[in-house]
Order: sequence, then structure tokens, then C-alpha cells
Amino acid sequence: MKVERSVRVEDKLFCNRYLVDAGHPHIKVRAHTKPSPQLLALLKACPARCYDLNDKGHVEVTVDGCMECGTCRVIGEPTGDIEWSYPRGGYGVLFKFG
Amino acid sequence: MIEERFDAIVVGAGMAGNAAALTMAKKGMKVLQLERGEYAGSKNVQGAILYSDMLEKLIPEFREDAPLERHLVEQRFWIMDDRSHVGLHYRSEDFNEERANRYTIIRAQFDRWFSSKVRQAGATVLCETTVTDLAQDSYGRVIGVRTDRQDGEIHADVVVLAEGVNGLLGTRARLRERPKPNKVALAVKEMHFLPRETIEARFNLSGDEGVVIEAAGTISGGMTGMGFIYANKECISLGIGCLVADFQRTGKTPYELLDRFKRHPSVALLIEGSEVKEYAAHLIPEGGYKAIPQLYGDGWVVVGDAAQLNNAIHREGSNLAMTSGRIAAEAIFQVKSRRLAMTKENLALYKRMLDRSFVLKDMKKYKDMPRLMHTNSQNFFLTYPQLISKAMQTYLRVDGTPKTEKQKSTLKSFVNARSWIGLFGDAFRLARAWR
Repeated sequence: MKVERSVRVEDKLFCNRYLVDAGHPHIKVRAHTKPSPQLLALLKACPARCYDLNDKGHVEVTVDGCMECGTCRVIGEPTGDIEWSYPRGGYGVLFKFG
Repeated sequence: MIEERFDAIVVGAGMAGNAAALTMAKKGMKVLQLERGEYAGSKNVQGAILYSDMLEKLIPEFREDAPLERHLVEQRFWIMDDRSHVGLHYRSEDFNEERANRYTIIRAQFDRWFSSKVRQAGATVLCETTVTDLAQDSYGRVIGVRTDRQDGEIHADVVVLAEGVNGLLGTRARLRERPKPNKVALAVKEMHFLPRETIEARFNLSGDEGVVIEAAGTISGGMTGMGFIYANKECISLGIGCLVADFQRTGKTPYELLDRFKRHPSVALLIEGSEVKEYAAHLIPEGGYKAIPQLYGDGWVVVGDAAQLNNAIHREGSNLAMTSGRIAAEAIFQVKSRRLAMTKENLALYKRMLDRSFVLKDMKKYKDMPRLMHTNSQNFFLTYPQLISKAMQTYLRVDGTPKTEKQKSTLKSFVNARSWIGLFGDAFRLARAWR
């Protein structure tokens, strides 16, 4: 399953300010052998494209560019596919304009 | 544990939280406000339009020093297909008044200013502090909060949950459900910077006059959604939002949708040559009246987006947030003044006061609208915009076709697309949900 690549989300995120809390990701994906439909939906629904498939076909999350919108929480938390918390105080995205 | 005890703890420093904290602090209550961002505003995202009336009730002289962008003299509604838009524009010199009714604002800057007023009123505002849980006693009554700071638990008579649309605390404490994918929209937005004169020329503005454009149609690709373009002083806020359930169902990506909106011929010229300085994403409550959760309980109230208070039809949210925050604070103060406990029974006053305000009256008026829009998204956001655009083009293009034939073909296109029953049904359902 290939995610739309014509828009470079990395370029969009590049102009944002973040204070990354290294080693303390605020979102975790539950270990799985085959991704659920909810997890697969996150590959496209996440506006920062934090979710990706690894070589084994598992869904992984990298929260560095996360804008903390909660879309993945709304989709993936009810099924237990992901665990969602806020970053620790002061960390995460720091909107200049909002 | 912090030994100090507060009259009230407010979680969050957005519109609702600031309104609540300010109101209680002004009345002399001992208020602690907790915000997880670096400063108040650093986690907040909105279009954004500020509604003066609701802010005047909190800070009457706000125009003296609030960071306002432009006062709105014009509103444009666009129905779009892929190459065109049909517009309804309203512009009035009456909006050029000393105490303007609506302004564009930039939330990170505005909220910082708002927060300074909260501090001045005497509240303790603690930023860079994430509240992790509500502290509850063995009866389930809320008695305070736990934070990610070392000094952990802080106690208060009442906790005002102004934690936003994606608030975790209320859900974790089982006070309300997590928003469902069909009750919230995901909006993505960019800030496009251009010289002031360029913005004024492109939007037909003079001085601090402002304009906002709300757009719907094929830009959302058949999903329930809206686009927006707001003129600020030296930048343009541009974004698009659709229901999370629709993103989930269609597999469309938010950034692709945003870029398609930006490339639309009616939009591209407005932002040509701009420098994008931020890309933001946020959820918007779209469930309407029926999605409003329990608003109060033993030791707590919930306000603003966290309470799903958003009028999706009029695109109003921040005013409902400010007003619910203020009303909750006034109710809490009344309970305290009568020397009563902050029980569910006594805090029901907040709901009764909110029922009497425009907040719940407006929400109730449109209670059937979300379902209609969400279950008929293909018709309202794809089929009708295409038909209306085609009808306008047929009407305007002069090609020797007799007008009777043109009108017949337009009518036929509507009937073919939706059938007579469908057309009457849509009109009936829309009228009923609107009344």
C-alpha cells in the first residue's frame, strides 16, 4: 500500500517549530502481526504523515512531526491499536501562529 | 504534592479556559490555570475569527491593546467545482465602525495577550505543565489534578476542563466519551505571508479592512468539509477540513486535499508568490447539539471545544468557548458565594445558565444539521456544487441557444442527478433542519 507522495509533507513540517522529547514518544502503536484497517487508515489520515509501514509490513509511528491534532487517537484508540498521551509539558509542537 | 489549595483549577489556556480563569480571578477567587504549551497559545489552532461581543463581556476595552489583525467588512461564501466558484458576497460600509463586530486574529499571539489579562486579574498561570489525570476521591468526586511535574497532585474545590476538542482527562476519568470519527473534522491550515499591500490589492481592502472566504464543494472530494481563506494583515490563513470518518473511509490525505484547494484557479491567484511559514492541524467538533456530553459533575465542569460546543453551520466556535467558560465561572462563583459545595447538583446551575444563553439555543436550533450533512455528503458537497456551477455557466454563456432550451437542460440536469423525489426530499430535509 503506497501513500500519496506528490505532496512533500516533510517540507510543510520543516517550517514548524518543535521541541522533540527524545526517547519519550507520546504515541505508541501496539505490537501486531498484521495491521488492522484502523492502523492502515492512519497511514493516510495523519496530516503529518507520522505513520509508515516498515519492512515487515508493520505500522510504525515517528512522532517528531506530530501536530497533536488527535486524528489518530480518534481512529486508532478505540480498538486499542494505539496509545495516545500528550507530550510532557513544554514539549512537542510549538505553534508560532496557530 | 502542592499543599496550597485553590478555589478552582482551570485546565487549558484557550478561549474557554482563559474566559473561565479571568472571570473567576476577577471575582477574587484563588485560581490556578495549567497549560501544557510553552506559553498560552502555543498549542492552539483556529482560522481565526474573533467575535467582539463575547470578548467585550470579559474585557470591554480589549481593542486598546489586543493583537487584532483586520476587522471584517466582507464575507464571501463560495460553492466550488473543480474550475469555478459561485459566490455569495456581502460587504458593507456599516462594518467599518469604531467597535467592529468581528476581527481576524492569529491565535498564538492573541492567546498570549489574553493570558496576560488572566495573570493581571490575579490568577496563577503555570505553563509547560501537562495535566495527566484528574484526582478523584473514593466516591469518584473530582478533587484536583495530577500533573507531569514532580510535585504531582494539586487540589481545588472545582476543576474547569477547558482541555480542547482532543481533551484526554475527561475521557480518562470516564466523564465523557472520546469523540467519534464522525463527530469531529480534521482541519489542516497554512499561513501564507505576503506584503500587506499585496493582500489589500488582491482582496480589495483598504487599511485594516478584512475579508473572509468560506468555501464548500468539490474541494472536499465528496466528503463533508469546508475550506477557508482569511485575510490577516501580512498573511493569509488558508485551510480545509473534513470529517475524520470521511478521511478514514475514502483514504484521501489531508495535505493532498489542501494542495488541491490551493491549486484551484479561484484560490491560486490569491496566494501566488507567498511564503508559507507554518502548517498546522487541529480537530473541530462537528457533532452538534446531540454530541454534547454531560457538562458538569461532582467537582468539575467542561467548557468550550472539550464540550463539543461548536456551531458548524455558522462556523462559530471560539465565541461559544468564551461564553461557556465565562458562564461556567459565573455559576461556580454563585455556588461559592452561597457557601455551597461544588456538587453535581449545585453545578447544574452552569447547564441551566448555558441553556438560557445563545450557546445552547443555537446548538439546539441546528441539532439535525450534522446528520443531514454527514449522511448526504456526496449530494451536498459534490453533486449540487457541480450542478449549480454548470447551471451558472449555461446561464452566462452566450451561444445562440434559446433561453427556454437552456432552462430545460438545466432543470433536466438536476432531475437526472437527483430525481424529483430526491430534489424535493433534499429541500424538505434542509428546510426542516434549518428552521
